[in-house]
Amino acid sequence: MDNTIINQHISKQFNNEMEDIRNKVLTMGGLVEQQVDLAAKAFMSYDRESAEKVIQQDHLVNALEKDIDHECTEIMAKRQPAAFDLRMLIATIKIITDLERIGDEATRIAKMTMRLEGTDYYQDKYYEIEHLLELVKDMLNGALDSYARTDTEEVIAITAQDSKVDREYTSITRQLITQMMEDPRNITRALDMLWTARALERIGDHSCNVCEHVIYMVKGKDVRHLSREEMENTVNNTR
Amino acid sequence: MNTTKTEPRRTHAIDLNVLNRPEKPALDQLETCISVENLNLFYGSKQALHDVNMQMPHKKVTAYIGPSGCGKSTLLRCINRMNDLVDGVSIQGKILLDGEDIYDKNVNVAALRRRVGMVFQKPNPFPKTIYENVAYGLRIQGINDRRILDEIVENSLRGAALWDEVKNRLNDNALGLSGGQQQRLVIARAIAIEPEVILLDEPASALDPISTLKIEELIDELKEKYTIVIVTHNMQQAARVSDFTAFMYMGELIEFGETSTLFTNPAKKQTEDYITGRYG
Repeated sequence: MDNTIINQHISKQFNNEMEDIRNKVLTMGGLVEQQVDLAAKAFMSYDRESAEKVIQQDHLVNALEKDIDHECTEIMAKRQPAAFDLRMLIATIKIITDLERIGDEATRIAKMTMRLEGTDYYQDKYYEIEHLLELVKDMLNGALDSYARTDTEEVIAITAQDSKVDREYTSITRQLITQMMEDPRNITRALDMLWTARALERIGDHSCNVCEHVIYMVKGKDVRHLSREEMENTVNNTR
Repeated sequence: MNTTKTEPRRTHAIDLNVLNRPEKPALDQLETCISVENLNLFYGSKQALHDVNMQMPHKKVTAYIGPSGCGKSTLLRCINRMNDLVDGVSIQGKILLDGEDIYDKNVNVAALRRRVGMVFQKPNPFPKTIYENVAYGLRIQGINDRRILDEIVENSLRGAALWDEVKNRLNDNALGLSGGQQQRLVIARAIAIEPEVILLDEPASALDPISTLKIEELIDELKEKYTIVIVTHNMQQAARVSDFTAFMYMGELIEFGETSTLFTNPAKKQTEDYITGRYG
């Protein structure tokens, strides 16, 4: 966290405000990471306690989202930030929207886990999503790292991982369809599985969005809706 | 991303203390330093201030903003009775400094101005050395002990964030300093006599952007010790430096409140129009 770009203003107060925002975003990111991990594990090996924690934690994530938004607005009104400062605030406002959605997806998984209580299904192990979970966690973590270090070294690799996630998701879907066709009694379980896989896949997409916002913050280039090659060129060829 | 397989990533630390930000106290919960009560001011027959009421809190920065001629400088100058020097001025109402009416006939105006220092738009150092500029207020109070003077001069220059730039040339003429340095010198001169309140009338409008930021940073440091009132044409400056902002228009106080609220969600339409550049 020894990045100095936000610590060089003549106004110390400005430095503190920017630093505060960064710390809050990273705390929010840490909470969300924890939510994803707990939710997926709660779902895989029915664990009510973890599921409850995910749902509780969502209030904190929501509170942080509002708090960070408020602070960014105040800084813009009071300090008329320019260049990197401006891009960082704009990117931050967008990043926390994605983080909050990730939290929502995790909460969705947790709530589904709670609903399964008392049915026959929760005893089954939902092992299929384990690999997907690992991929997605890695992306989220990398995206937050890039924000923390304000660098784009890893973002291409992270966004490339999204294709792996998509492939994994497609293969899970195919597998589940087969199971459903084999025996209709599998349908309930398969649908739960499908929704969870879908939530994880969305988390991967949101992590990619975070990476795009980090590129905007660091390089000043908007890489949304570009192909991977175009994005890579932008990252490598911009100062 | 292959490295992650061998070297697990560190998860991000969760520091929930970030949520426990201390609440900013509201205006009416703060100790009042200067209280303006039903103030009306006339230049001859022309009324320049209309029934102004406001409480300025202790050790905070209060900024006055508003278009030219709205009465903000007039109001500022009332606080250390600078308007007494203008011909044909008549003032009704009260200004209380720590509960005492400064317009009471028993008030010693020179003593009041020691408690309420003032810095103007254009830096006005005396054509003397840097040292003597800061020591001037002390000398006229009869303090001539070199040791005491040395100490106060150094502390004041440090307080005005100028010491490091001038410590090796204290005996040079103050007029040789840059505009920004001169302005900080004048602030050092004002704080040398340890006032309670510092009035700043457009302190940075004649300075370049970097000197302006230095003055603003200085204001932020000075509020630890002093109550500060600043008049500025530059409303962004008011937004940056002040804790509370008063918007004035045509001699009336339109809105007075916490700066971050006034600049993000003003209560009055007139304020909104002014700060968004719709008139003024």
